[in-house]
Amino acid sequence: MKIGVLMKQVPDTETKIRIKDDASGIVVDGIKWVMNPYDEYAVEEALRIKEKKAGSTVTIISMGPKRSVETIRTGLAMGADSGILIDDPALEGADCYATAKALAKVMEPENFDLILCGKQAIDDDSAQVPQMVAEFLGMPQAMVIDKLVVSDDGKKATCYRRIEGGAKEVLEVDLPAIVAAEKGLNEPRYASLPGIMKAKSKPFKEINLGALGLKAEEVGAKGAKLKVKKYFLPAEKAPGKIIPGEPEDAARALVKMLREEAKVV
Amino acid sequence: MREPDFYLLDELLTPEERMVRDTVATFVEREFLPKVNEHFDKVSFPMELVPRMAELGIFGANLKGYGCAGMNDMSYGLIMQELERGDSGLRSFATVQGALSMFPIWAFGNEEQKQKWLPRMARGEALGAFGLTEPDFGSNPKAMRTRARKSGKKYILNGAKMWITNGTIAEIAVVWAQTEQGIRGFLVEKGTPGFTTHEIKQKYSLRCSITAELFFEDCEIPEENLLPGTKGLGSALACLDQARFGISFGSVGAAAACFICARDYALKRIQFGGKPIASHQLMQEKLADMLTEITKAQLVCFRLGRLKEAGKANWSQISLAKRSNLRMARDVARTAREILGAAGIVLDFPVIRHFTNLESVYTYEGTHDIHTLILGQAITGIPAFE
Ligand SMILES: Cc1cc2nc3c(=O)[nH]c(=O)nc-3n(C[C@H](O)[C@H](O)[C@H](O)COP(=O)(O)OP(=O)(O)OC[C@H]3O[C@@H](n4cnc5c(N)ncnc54)[C@H](O)[C@@H]3O)c2cc1C
Ligand SMILES: Cc1cc2nc3c(=O)[nH]c(=O)nc-3n(C[C@H](O)[C@H](O)[C@H](O)COP(=O)(O)OP(=O)(O)OC[C@H]3O[C@@H](n4cnc5c(N)ncnc54)[C@H](O)[C@@H]3O)c2cc1C
Repeated sequence: MKIGVLMKQVPDTETKIRIKDDASGIVVDGIKWVMNPYDEYAVEEALRIKEKKAGSTVTIISMGPKRSVETIRTGLAMGADSGILIDDPALEGADCYATAKALAKVMEPENFDLILCGKQAIDDDSAQVPQMVAEFLGMPQAMVIDKLVVSDDGKKATCYRRIEGGAKEVLEVDLPAIVAAEKGLNEPRYASLPGIMKAKSKPFKEINLGALGLKAEEVGAKGAKLKVKKYFLPAEKAPGKIIPGEPEDAARALVKMLREEAKVV
Repeated sequence: MREPDFYLLDELLTPEERMVRDTVATFVEREFLPKVNEHFDKVSFPMELVPRMAELGIFGANLKGYGCAGMNDMSYGLIMQELERGDSGLRSFATVQGALSMFPIWAFGNEEQKQKWLPRMARGEALGAFGLTEPDFGSNPKAMRTRARKSGKKYILNGAKMWITNGTIAEIAVVWAQTEQGIRGFLVEKGTPGFTTHEIKQKYSLRCSITAELFFEDCEIPEENLLPGTKGLGSALACLDQARFGISFGSVGAAAACFICARDYALKRIQFGGKPIASHQLMQEKLADMLTEITKAQLVCFRLGRLKEAGKANWSQISLAKRSNLRMARDVARTAREILGAAGIVLDFPVIRHFTNLESVYTYEGTHDIHTLILGQAITGIPAFE
């Protein structure tokens, strides 16, 4: 099977986010960049399928600035076979639509049997790119999947997702399809140390818009359907209140506060 | 980037070296640190992490072939740094497995011994131990009493080894003993009649590591268990060089953990004048001294790593790094402990753990004073041991 994995480099979840003075974005200096955690599940799942199906390959595809190379290499060090980075100054300011368009364009000629990705990137949390990529490529999609079974003949995939009320929904899609990973799909491996050394010599290409046959007007800030007006941090939460005393008294005090102060009961 | 990096040493590492370091750091943070206090409390090692460490390629990471990762020395050093940023016990585990058990087999074993042991040890399926120190001889192992007497196709071992890391859990012990041809190394398998072990439980340093005594009473081992390449104490010392190299890096990790903890604490803790204690000059001097010493130690490691890769690191250069960096780490841990006040004596912060651990690291692999004598001899040509 030929498997493609969409991967985005995002700030480490521990990062203290600071907003630029002009509110046009976040300050990126000093940020530690990591693989989007949901994409880690996608890479891991791809590798597990590859290990089961002899002759399979896994390609990591990312769109982002030059520094994303290191995160693609992490995927290669985990065991993926090759990487593609779409990197072009004109992509600055791309929204989900533009991103999906560029990603779809780069994947079109690859003829993947299966495309895996995370259900969302934890930086802007849009959760739209996978669906849009599916539309652009005319493929079935299965989103927020926590169990995936590919049929022996590689023609179908059974995808499990949790839905409201704790129930499970089971989807069957014809391949090629795009499947977006939810937490719980698997436990991602670490890049092995020898794998890191091997990653250096794995095929990796960087392409710009020209090579893709796309124009800046289509996919950059100019092609975006959505414009971010400003960034701001949420207001700091007021500190919580601890109600002391015996459970009965504390409960009584709590109900009183809910009624009189919060006015919610 | 791993803090502190005041002199931007990150720029001198290759992307692969940085990735190796960061991968191990993530492993330590996610898998080890959440359980470190539990093990420190009950004096044990988190054995369930052994397969994961093996999967990463940590055991014998700088050895080539036989299922080992074949990393360069700088990467190996950085692995040790990140393990010890977690805990010296975790790093000790990797040192004993790689530098002290796998390395002697790799360097002094015959092909059969290598095939039999190294792949399994790299996979963490067989654990090793290194028995050099004895109850009566630590700094002066040349005078060891453990003896291996040849009898037909066997060697008969008699004696005892003391302070042996992983002694009770090891499947294979590399044991050094006197023979007619001087000191040589032997492979002794767990369960060999006449070989018993006893764990040293009441210890107040390196509590995330297992330390044991080994006893040999007419313990018969087949002659094939001699490591044929071992020739005198020098062979044992070659293993120690491997270990000391890693320990020099490891101590930077432990010191860095203490520094970061103390700095963050000082920035938050408010005592006088409504200001954090970090705003007082006395506190700033402490932090400045810590950072200066850590930075110097990092520079020593960086250069030593590149020298070792080029095959140019000699034993006295490694001694300098072990001596200097351990003194640094011990001082940094102590200062960090001071900065935390009473909070510096409880396990809510990593400082007291590192502080007590470093007492062992200061002593094993050649005490500080023994490295002083090694350097003294390198400088003057005059040995002052006797
Ligand atoms: C936690 C732990 C784990 C260990 N793991 C292992 C292991 O896996 N394998 C192993 O073989 N050993 C191990 N050791 C032993 C360690 O290597 C020894 O403790 C160390 O070599 C010092 O020996 P000693 O404790 O017998 O002290 P001694 O040699 O008795 O030294 C006592 C003091 O005398 C000083 N001294 C000695 N000679 C001189 C001199 N000529 N001039 C001035 N001062 C001198 C020393 O510096 C020291 O301060 C471990 C030790 C510890 C604490
Ligand atoms: C085992 C133990 C038992 C104890 N028993 C008792 C007890 O029975 N009763 C009791 O009342 N207390 C007790 N204490 C508390 C002890 O007295 C305090 O820990 C001590 O006064 C230090 O306070 P702190 O720990 O809050 O540190 P902090 O006051 O927060 O000090 C932290 C660090 O900041 C430094 N610092 C503070 N102010 C400045 C400044 N202006 N300039 C420069 N540096 C500064 C300190 O020197 C220290 O290094 C005990 C402590 C321990 C560890």
